[in-house]
Amino acid sequence: MMRRVVSTLASPQLLALAGVLLINWFLFPPFFRITWQDGRLFGSLIDVLNRGAPVAILAIGMAGVIATKGVDLSVGAIMAVAGAVAATMVVAGYPAPVAVIAALAVGLVCGLWNGFLVAVLDIQPIIATLVLMVAGRGIAQLITEGFIVTFTDPLLIFIGTGSFLGLPMAAVIALVLMIVVTMIIRRTALGLFIEAVGVNRAAASLAGIRSRMLLFLVYGLSGFCAAVAGIIVAGDIRGADANNAGLWLELDAILAVVIGGTSLLGGRFSVPLAVVGAIIIQAMNTGILVSGFPPEFNLIVKAGLIFIVLIIQSPLATRLVPVRLTKAEARK
Amino acid sequence: MSRSLRPLVATAVIFAIAYALAVFQFPNMFSTRVLGNFLTDNAFLGITAVGMTFVILSGGIDLSVGAVIGFTGVLIAVLISLAGWHPLAAFALALVIAAAFGAIMGLAIHYLQVPAFIVTLAGMFLARGGASVITRDSIPVNHDFYSWISELTIRLPGGGRLSFIGLLMVAIFIIGALVAHRTKFGSYVYALGGNETSASLMGVPVARTTVGVYMLSSVLAALAGIVFSLYTSAGYPLAAVGVELDAISAVVIGGTLLTGGYGFVLGTFIGVMLLGLVQTYIIFDGTLSSWWTKIVIGGLLFLFIVLQRLIFAASTPGDKSS
Repeated sequence: MMRRVVSTLASPQLLALAGVLLINWFLFPPFFRITWQDGRLFGSLIDVLNRGAPVAILAIGMAGVIATKGVDLSVGAIMAVAGAVAATMVVAGYPAPVAVIAALAVGLVCGLWNGFLVAVLDIQPIIATLVLMVAGRGIAQLITEGFIVTFTDPLLIFIGTGSFLGLPMAAVIALVLMIVVTMIIRRTALGLFIEAVGVNRAAASLAGIRSRMLLFLVYGLSGFCAAVAGIIVAGDIRGADANNAGLWLELDAILAVVIGGTSLLGGRFSVPLAVVGAIIIQAMNTGILVSGFPPEFNLIVKAGLIFIVLIIQSPLATRLVPVRLTKAEARK
Repeated sequence: MSRSLRPLVATAVIFAIAYALAVFQFPNMFSTRVLGNFLTDNAFLGITAVGMTFVILSGGIDLSVGAVIGFTGVLIAVLISLAGWHPLAAFALALVIAAAFGAIMGLAIHYLQVPAFIVTLAGMFLARGGASVITRDSIPVNHDFYSWISELTIRLPGGGRLSFIGLLMVAIFIIGALVAHRTKFGSYVYALGGNETSASLMGVPVARTTVGVYMLSSVLAALAGIVFSLYTSAGYPLAAVGVELDAISAVVIGGTLLTGGYGFVLGTFIGVMLLGLVQTYIIFDGTLSSWWTKIVIGGLLFLFIVLQRLIFAASTPGDKSS
């Protein structure tokens, strides 16, 4: 157990995170300063956790999907739909808990729809989820009737901007979700089954795994996570913006999962490391902002990061450094 | 032959029915003016979609095309308006940069053996970020050459006009169809999309073809950026956001199989026209908001994917590999 903890702490993702944080500290000395004010913590580091939470939550769902050799492009659009549902319902006078549950249910249904296309109709995931990615924002606008629906409901605003034990609520939700999902998939055989489906779906089915059910499960979870993120984002800006809520976040979520070491070819995934990946991305974003670079640099840095990760993960690199890999394999 | 043409026929029939219904409701839609504008307004999308057809035929996907359009628009606007270059020189440089950009993506996809979507995603970030670093504002282009091009039109009876960029798109579609169906490169692309392993065993130069496909896609996206610049007379780093989705939708609606190896460049043309029809119809109606476009395109996409599944499930029983 102890050795596992040590090897997790020495994982490339956490080292990369430490590196990014150090660069941020170098560029912006007060980066690590955290103050206690009005019953909550303040500081750049807390800001990273707060701002990174939506992508981290998306990454939790996305990790499972990518582990089955799939991808979910629709999460940004589902965020917009869920935010729109929650906002219009509280504005229409429903109690906030009902609105939240309805929004989560809508996200789950969207995810199950993707699961249906992938599992039952056998459509490639990238295309199956493209349908909802294109249509989803239209549906969200249909719900909000083309307006940005603003609300003053205290519960929704608390979910987006509140704090729990001094930590931002969004980060707490992400943490709880991460722990629950990790427990469910790693304390049971579910994670293994998901990986088996990702390696070879036909073989997994022949081995008795109900792969169709599992695909429904991972896409449903992804939709649910997207709805959670959508409610947080809506609560944060106190309104549902069908056009911009979650725009391009699906790409950040995929990037977070890839940085987290989940193989895009399926069969290997880690939910906590995907969350670390999301925090790395946000630490870079925040670092670029606080150190005074124009935010446009973000995209270029991200592109560079993808290339570095791809080169490290590629078979070419493993052929160039065969010795190190066999050692790492042996340790497992 | 008739079976393999079925998706193309289905797309054409659906377009004809949709157009007939639209004309039935708004008789004005059946005019040379509307048809001419169809070509002009969708020129940049059509040119992008030709490149996307090749990429999807080869079994890949290119998410960077919208960003390449934005980057090209900004680059040529800066070169013409701020650096005083002649537009043709700026166009040439943009096309060369795009070719190099596509080649790098193709090389990465082939030699790093990573899914195309993640490489082209990085390309999208790079091109969009590059465009935003050059400028954050919209840069207008006022050049005699631009006004000369925009006056270069063929008048049709009934008040319609065929613009230069509309005709350029038609030309690109014809050349694209010839390349796909009549050249060695075209058959390599089909073979690669059918099955990469057997293609390479048959002697298809896989590396060269992959690089060629992504170069073609990026160059055509840059050409679309030039057309977009001629169309809007400006360069803006956030122009053409989401065009990659429209292009992929047009290709799918046009009957090209997403797993690669099967499809027609001509089908993509009908797909682009169908998307254009949806937009024109919504403008004609006037009461429907523009977001209905997205829902209808999503619905069409779903319809055609299911249609493909049904047709191919009927012809290849027991195939569960995809």
